[in-house]
Amino acid sequence: MNSHLPIVPIILPMVAAPLCMLLRRRTFVWGLATAVTWVVFAACAQLLLQVSTSGPIIYTMGGWNAPIGIEYRIDLVNAYILLLVSAIAALVMIYAPQSAARELPPDRHNLFCAAFLLCLTGLLGITITGDAFNVYVFLEISSLASYAIISVGRDPRSLKAAYNYLIMGTIGATFILIAIGLMYMMTGTLNMADLAQRLKEVHDTRTIHVAFAFLSVGLTLKLALFPMHVWLPNAYTYAPSLVTAFVAATSTKVSIYVFLRFVFTIFGADYAFTTIHLNAILVPLALVGIFIASTVAIYQTDLKRLLAYSSIAQIGYIMLGIGMGTVTGLTAGIAHIFNHALIKCALFMVVGCIVLRLDSSRLEDMAGIGRRMPATSFAFVLGGLALIGVPFTVGFISKWYLLLGALERDWWPVAALVLLSSLLAAVYIWRFVEVAYFRPAPDDATPISAPPLSMQIPLWLLLAATLFFGVQTDLTAGIAQRAALWLLAGGP
Amino acid sequence: MSDFWGLYNYWIAIFLMMVGFYNVIARGNLIKKLIGLNIFQTSVFLLYISMGKVEGGSAPIVGAGISSFSNPLPHVLILTAIVVGVATTSVGLALVVRIKEAYGTIEEDELIAQESVTQ
Repeated sequence: MNSHLPIVPIILPMVAAPLCMLLRRRTFVWGLATAVTWVVFAACAQLLLQVSTSGPIIYTMGGWNAPIGIEYRIDLVNAYILLLVSAIAALVMIYAPQSAARELPPDRHNLFCAAFLLCLTGLLGITITGDAFNVYVFLEISSLASYAIISVGRDPRSLKAAYNYLIMGTIGATFILIAIGLMYMMTGTLNMADLAQRLKEVHDTRTIHVAFAFLSVGLTLKLALFPMHVWLPNAYTYAPSLVTAFVAATSTKVSIYVFLRFVFTIFGADYAFTTIHLNAILVPLALVGIFIASTVAIYQTDLKRLLAYSSIAQIGYIMLGIGMGTVTGLTAGIAHIFNHALIKCALFMVVGCIVLRLDSSRLEDMAGIGRRMPATSFAFVLGGLALIGVPFTVGFISKWYLLLGALERDWWPVAALVLLSSLLAAVYIWRFVEVAYFRPAPDDATPISAPPLSMQIPLWLLLAATLFFGVQTDLTAGIAQRAALWLLAGGP
Repeated sequence: MSDFWGLYNYWIAIFLMMVGFYNVIARGNLIKKLIGLNIFQTSVFLLYISMGKVEGGSAPIVGAGISSFSNPLPHVLILTAIVVGVATTSVGLALVVRIKEAYGTIEEDELIAQESVTQ
């Protein structure tokens, strides 16, 4: 049984999705989906444990050895991302039923759960697979499912957001498909480990340069690096809150993982940073993205939209760390993938709680919410502090490594800009604080009961994690550092 | 010069790709955008399929007298990608139907105009 563990996170949600569709009773649907995500989470935790003690796991699909068959290859980097995605899914599933009762059409819960599980299948599949074409297939599974779950928001603008996301996402995925085709053309293999071996011999050909270009553009579109982020704000704003909490924490992060995987283990850091000078593009774009997105976030009138722009800025931090191409920079990037997922998921959950009670995510409707929903507002402030990067929160750890990385390379201006941009984050978090605590509640305000426990527990667990991992850094920064060393060494 | 024309299959693929891409960007009608997207994806299918062709090779079937054959793997990959393309188109069209129901139009400029009126 243990030898088949790597397939569990993929096969289980994939089989459970059509089952969900067949179930009629709402409690059964959510019960099944929640049970599945928790089993998947347990399996991923077990995988990370095995990988960190006894090294990479290779699982051959159907017993066909690579390169004929598709193999799943789990090492420290993707085990870490698997754990992150499955943990977020499991927490969101506990949070979901109450929020969904308010924000989803009542007769569509079974279809929604099916699409959600397919999205999870796709995200985990992208992460676990060791085959380049398989990445594309899983990428499309997760994207198609996420277009569907984004489009079910109550606001009809969610339809337009999903349509735009579909157009951009498909262009991005097709670019990745072209890149994989060109790589296959030059090497005759789709297996990632073989690709890494054989690409070395054909590095200098124009075909591989073009493949690299298509791949980076396609992936940066998927991971919403500025200026390819335009699909993101609307998709996050108009999707149901629980979908935003899940998608914001996982789908861009998984795309960043694919970027890491292709750039570092397949093409190699040497090729990307000395032949192509990837950092010359990544670092300026990341910095510009951080500043523009943070500034735009300050002027938003909708809390969800504000957080969506903040997500684009945070992706800038991650890409800045990766663009440094050093161990410290990469550690910062990988650690921030994890940290930002925790923080953003928690913050979007808070917004979901507010929407549940106020039926609006507009800032002007939240006047005086600090006294009407004290616990929930406090949760937002806590998450906001982590986002700014206050010490004893996870945000501080990633900013710290980012600064160290910049100073190591003597990039003083970059270090200064990172600090300065944290101030912008403080400003947009202050927008909420000002509205919630310093503005009086409207006179006709009725007392609001606290959000249900099933929504508060996952929220507070995430916030506890942001504090815990802000002090206990072995698990996040420690694993991130080992992963960074491993990636820079060129993988296996 | 022979290099230039010898690779005509790639020229066709790139031409179609640009036709599709242009339509996705330039058209305001949501259905026409999807058609453009379809052409864009199909051009990549052609790129893959022509890549697997071996000059003078037969179809990849075991038989007497067959020594050289085309590489079947890209063709098989593209079967998967075609399914993905069909799924993408159907999800896109479904969204367009819902947009038409909600807004009464599928022209992008009219959708934007409606948005600015409501705000």
